[in-house]
This record gives sequence, structure tokens and C-alpha cells, in this order.
Amino acid sequence: MDHAPEATAGHHGSYLAEKTLRSWALTLDHKRIGVLYICTTLFFFLVGGVVALLLRLKLLTPGPALFSDHTYNVLFTIHGAIMIFLFVIPAIPSSLGNFFIPLMIGARDVVFPRLNLFSYWCFVAGIVVILGSLVSPMDTGWTFYTPYSEQTSAAVTVLSGGLFLVGLSSILTGLNFIVTIHTMRAPGMTWYRMPLFIWAMYATSVIQVLATPVIGITFILLAAERVLGIGFFDPAKGGDPLLFQHFFWFYSHPVVYVMILPAMGIISEVVPVFSRKPIFGYRAIAYSALAIAFIGFLVWGHHMFVSGMGTLAGIVFSFLTFFVAVPTGVKIFNWIATLYRGSISLDSPMLYALTFIFLFIIGGLTGLFLGSLATDVHVHDTYFLVAHFHYTMMGGTVMGLFAGLHYWFPKVTGRMLNEKLAKYAWGLILVGFNLTFFPMFILGMQGMPRRYAEYPAKYQGLNIVATVGSWVLALGVFLMFLNFIRSLRRGGLAPDNPWRGLTLEWSTSSPPPEENFAEIPTVSEWPYNYGEKPERRTEGKRER
Amino acid sequence: MPDVYPLTSGDATLIAHSVDGVFIFILAIASFFFLLTQGFLIYFALKYRRRKGIEQPTPYITGNTVLEIVWVIIPSLLLVAIFGYGMVVFLRMRTPIPGAMEVQVTASQFQWSFKYPDGRTALNELRLPVGKPVKLIMTSKDVIHGFFVPAYRQKQDVLPGRYTYLWFLPRQAGSFDLYCSQYCGTGHSIMRGKILVMPVADYQAWEEREEQKQKGAAASPVEKGEKLFQDSGCLGCHSIDGTPKVGPTLKGIFGSTVVLDNGKTLTADEEYLRESIVDPNAKIVKGYQPVMPTFKATLKDDDVAAIIAYLKTLK
Repeated sequence: MDHAPEATAGHHGSYLAEKTLRSWALTLDHKRIGVLYICTTLFFFLVGGVVALLLRLKLLTPGPALFSDHTYNVLFTIHGAIMIFLFVIPAIPSSLGNFFIPLMIGARDVVFPRLNLFSYWCFVAGIVVILGSLVSPMDTGWTFYTPYSEQTSAAVTVLSGGLFLVGLSSILTGLNFIVTIHTMRAPGMTWYRMPLFIWAMYATSVIQVLATPVIGITFILLAAERVLGIGFFDPAKGGDPLLFQHFFWFYSHPVVYVMILPAMGIISEVVPVFSRKPIFGYRAIAYSALAIAFIGFLVWGHHMFVSGMGTLAGIVFSFLTFFVAVPTGVKIFNWIATLYRGSISLDSPMLYALTFIFLFIIGGLTGLFLGSLATDVHVHDTYFLVAHFHYTMMGGTVMGLFAGLHYWFPKVTGRMLNEKLAKYAWGLILVGFNLTFFPMFILGMQGMPRRYAEYPAKYQGLNIVATVGSWVLALGVFLMFLNFIRSLRRGGLAPDNPWRGLTLEWSTSSPPPEENFAEIPTVSEWPYNYGEKPERRTEGKRER
Repeated sequence: MPDVYPLTSGDATLIAHSVDGVFIFILAIASFFFLLTQGFLIYFALKYRRRKGIEQPTPYITGNTVLEIVWVIIPSLLLVAIFGYGMVVFLRMRTPIPGAMEVQVTASQFQWSFKYPDGRTALNELRLPVGKPVKLIMTSKDVIHGFFVPAYRQKQDVLPGRYTYLWFLPRQAGSFDLYCSQYCGTGHSIMRGKILVMPVADYQAWEEREEQKQKGAAASPVEKGEKLFQDSGCLGCHSIDGTPKVGPTLKGIFGSTVVLDNGKTLTADEEYLRESIVDPNAKIVKGYQPVMPTFKATLKDDDVAAIIAYLKTLK
């Protein structure tokens, strides 16, 4: 049954029915808060992307060009800080997580709606403070290594304050999700009947709650050192610069799983729906999310093999690092096995999901070179690392986000996307992404260090390829956003369940009513009952 | 270019070859899994794709315990092998051969300074004899830097307030790039140097000449200035043929009119040149960045005078 937004406005009003500014700014509806996060984070994705295009433009030539080296350093710091803290970390959990966790577990909202709204405004307050720090912009890189970040004249203290607020928002959102998943599941939804996106969001939230306080404390110590002169990290004041790196990576390594796990959750939803097959190895995927979250806390030292941390510590961290690869590999094998003998429709959400798997395999396998001590010494802090990171974060998380946005666009907006335009955009993004980032693996193996405003002329050829690639990628992203904006008004009305998914969000109208479900659903089986039912399986076998 | 293709050129030092061995080992395993997973991914996606929108019946497969155990255990074993191989080579990389020549390395924004066992110093250029193990004992004057020689597959961060070390045994004569690999500020990307590895006879001849020079010092101020100019790494940023680099060219600098970034102009006299060497950021030429390090500590008054004498000859 099709529901136009107007049609549902009567009895159970669509959550989009009220149009006033106030109804958005002070909403307690998890769906509206989710939409606010989607708009905010995607805006910063575009800002960070434009900055990246400027960086690539500068790197077209090896010498001084376009803008000064200092400006280049400021721009790569802005690119990294915006993309990491204002886009990739909150992109899936706070936006799609907020929107779909209650819908997928059959709840009317998250457990603490007011806290949820507070999280959003805390995030916005953090953004305002961070933008305020642009008065004297940072040139430290997004890693803020001491003692350089102690000595630079940039507004490090202000920026620390902003990131502290963003971190607080992240902790509160994580807390909200954990309690929601524990207490708000619909009757009959046992843990093993939960969609895998919920498992992924659960593991993610645990990391957010446990790891984020550490970076908050670190930012306070950094500010205290700069303002009060207490020596924590600066050897000139009696501190230890490696201590900062330990603190920083104790947060920032687990947080890469905050970035990737929700994307993996989306892939685990999209692949079965578009293959019409049950997910292969449900429990293995669910447990591997928890395993990744746990082991992720024990491997931060692999960012520091050449930092002067010590040989034994390097060996221990390298050993532990390889264990993260196992649950990650399990997920990839399971997704591919889900495709086996499916009836696969290559609609845009599925194309992005397959692209995620394709690119994440490359990102994961190149991680082996970085996890191994001997080879990491060579490729660390080179473009190899930049390439690996972008294959996992953009090829992984961002492709997962794109899959999710295309998959759930009809549910969120009540409109269908233009499928043809979506496929053109996908093609350009796939080609552009690889053109941009694959040459960086080779540049890194050849020894080109990252964060170089100027570089030896022998590296120019591949840099030109990467820059041209960035234009193709930008064109693809532009088309994708054009499609989003165009379809908001001109897309066909979305049916309740355009992809015939079995998770609960598809059982309500598109867009959902304010209270999500007219009646709270009762769950009697897991959400992956695609394909021929078990009792008919023997029949099916005989036919083949 | 000895360091462009890593898989065929890891002969510059003893250890570089072993690192490339690990690299190729991982590459082989990664390529196998790449082809395996991407092969199945693409094959399944094409073979089982819905044709003309008609949905075929699909089997209800929820898992396969044997398969899942296999694809946990086999990759785990291979991962342990990769870890072990990498560790063994890493340990060799971190264990200097006894009797290595010790060179002190001091990094600062944005240059490398080297001090040989006999007390001689050099900037941004480390000359070494082939076949002799070298241990670099490194520290930084200001922020964290990274000592990175791609051809040697070696990298080590250089920290303020403590020593780190790195050792290698050069096996090939030649010139090898040295980069700063840890972001250290505005001039990070121009903090580059060279390692010049020379045949033993050449190295000894060079070493003797250097000692002669230090003892004799009979050279004229202009000759002495030219030598200091070259050894101090000035040419990294300043050309003497008129082309602008990171810094302004020094061709015809003496007596010329200089436009500063605050719009003022002045004539480049001895005092301006002296100040620009010992306190480079006091006056910045329009269109350039304040990135030059001070040479106050490295150059004595006589040295500065000699460099100025040399600069006067650059017409």
C-alpha cells in the first residue's frame, strides 16, 4: 500500500508533517534528529571534499604553486579534522543510527529523547567553537602531535574545546543507543533476532562510550599545558611527547571501528535484501562486530612503530594487530557467501554495497603491509598510509553510508531516487575513487612522505593521475547530491517497502508516522527469511 | 633514481633487501586473497544477477560450519606467519652490528645536522663510506621529526629531549634521498637531505681534504664563504642563478633593492645580509614564507663575514 506524505498526514501524521523551524530545532523525535544529523554531516562532507580538491590541485606541480606551504598545511589539517570529527565519526551512527535503531527494533523512539536532542545541540555547539578556532587556523594535522601543537601560534586551545563538545555528544549518543537496544526491543525480538545493523551499532556505541572520554581528557591536558604551562607532553616543560601519542591513538584507533562498524552493519542489511538470500553466518557476523570492538582497544601502538616507543612494545602491538584482521575477514567471506546462488538485483544500494566490499578488501589487504613491522617502517607516514586509510574510510565507511542513503532514502523522505542518475554517479565515483587513491599506494612504496606541500619532481606523474581522479570523483559526488535534492521534490512516491526487506522499518509507512508504528509489532523470527523456506529446501534441491 | 621501484632495488643496504623480501611475501599472500575474494565477488554478482527483472528462487542457506572454521583458521595461520617474518627482519633492523661508526644527528626546523666522530659537522648531507656499518644517534632541538631514507627502507622518528637510533650498512655507492617524514611545521616538505655513499678510497680522500681545510684555513674569505655556503645547505632554498625557490635567489643580492612583506624597501647591505643569516625572520622578503632556520649557533662571526664576502661575488 502506497502512502503519500499527505495521505498519512491525517490519522497517523507523517513525522515530516510539521514544517516550522521550531518543530525541527526542538524536536524530540529520533527521526527528525537523525535528519538534522544527516544534513549537518553531509554538509561537512562537502566542505571537507572541496578542501581536498584544493589540496589535490596544489599537488599537480611539485614546486610552490597556487598558495603558500603554510596554507597547504592549514588546509590538510582542516580536511582531516572536518572529515574525521564532523563527518565520518557521526555520519552513520548519529544520522542513520538515530533514524533507524528505534524503527528496526520496533520502538517508538530512543530511550532518552531529550538527551538525544541535547547530543545534537552539543554537536552543533562544538562545531561553532571549532569554526571559531579558524580565526587562527590550525596547521598541526588532524593528529595534533605534541610538541608541535604546543608551540604553534594557532588556536589549539579553542579547537580542543570544540572537539571536547563533539566528543561529549558522541558519548551521550552512544549511551542512549546502548540503553535503547537493551530495553526498547519489540516483544519477541531476542538478541539473535536483531538485524545485524543493530549489532553493529551496539558494538559501535560501546566503543564510543569507552574510548571517547580518553580523547576528551587528552584535549583538557593539552589545553592545560598550553594555558597553565603544566608539563604533560612537552619535553621543554618536563613532559613526554610520546604520552600524547599513546593517549591520542588509544582513542583514535578504536574510533576507526566507530567509523567502519556501522558501515559493515549497513552492508549486512543490503546484501541479503538484494540477493533474496538469508545472511550467511549471522552469529559469526554479530560476534565479529563485538570482537573487532574489543580487540580494537588493544592495538593502538601500531600507529607508533617508528615513534621511538621501543622494540618489544612494537612486537606486541604488531602481533595483536593481526588479530583484528580475522573477524574482519570473516565478515567479508560471509557477505560474499551470501551472494552465492542468490537472485541479485543490481540497484544502486546494492552497487554501493558491492563497491564497499570491493574497496574494503583492498583497504584491508594493504593493512597487512602496515601491520607487519618490517614493512611498516618503510611505508609508515608515506602516501601508502594515506591510500590505505582512504580505501578503508572512504572506500569503506563512505561507500557504506552511500549504500545506506540510497537504501533508506525512500523510507526517510517518502520519495524514490532517480535510479539512472544514481548509477551514473556510482560509476563516476567508483572510477574516480580508484584513480585518485590507487596511485598513492605506489607513491608511498616509492617513498613519497605524506603532508608534503612540495615534493621531489620524480613523484609528479602519479600525482597528476590522482588529481585528475579527484575531479572525476567530485563529479560523481556532485551528481549523487543532485539526485538527492532533485528527488526530494520530483522523485516518485515511495511505497512502504520498495526493496521488499523484512526488517521492521519496512513494515511502517514511507515516511513513517511520528510514533513509528500504529501498533508495536510482535517479532516471531529473524529478519533474514529470504529464499525458499527450510521445509521446502529438499524440493528445491531436487529441481537442480 | 635508486629509490623509485622498491621491489627491484632493495640492495642499497644490507637490510633493505630483507625488507623487500617481507614485502614480496605479504604481496603474494595479499594477491592470492585479492584474486580469491574479488573473483568470487564479481563472479557471483554477475552469475546470479537478476536477468530482465525476473526473480529466480533462491536456496535458504544460513551458514556452513566447516567452511566458516576453515576461513578462520587458514587466514589466522598465514597472519601469524606474516607477523613472524616481519618481526624477525624488524629485530635485525633494530640491532646494530658492533663497531658501527656513530654519527650524531640533530634535527631542527627545517634542517638536518650531522656530527662525525672526529667532531666535523655537516648540514643536510651525510657522506659515508661503502661497506661500513653506521649508527645514527638522533635527537631534535624543537619538535618531532622523522628520519626517512626510502632507498634504505628505514625510518625513525627523532624526538626532542631523548635519543632514538637507526643503523644501516650501505652496500651501494650513490646519492640517496633523506626526507623528514613526521610533520614538523611550515617547511616540513623542504626538510630534505642526501646520504652520499662513496667508495672507501674516495671517502678517505674527502675526509683528508676536510681535515686539511679545517687545519689550514688558509683559504681566502671568498673561498671559505663559498664552501660554507655549500656545506650549510643554503642552496636547498636559495639559487645563485636567478630562479626563485623556497627563498629568494641570491644572484646579485648585494646592493640590490629588496621589497619586504610589510611593503618597505631597503638596500641589501652587509648588515641586512648578516641579520638575514643569524635572525632570518626579522625581515621577510615579499612573497616568501618565514621558514628559514637561524644559523646563529652553527656559523661563527668569521663564517658569516666570509659568506657575505662570497655573496658579493654573485653578480
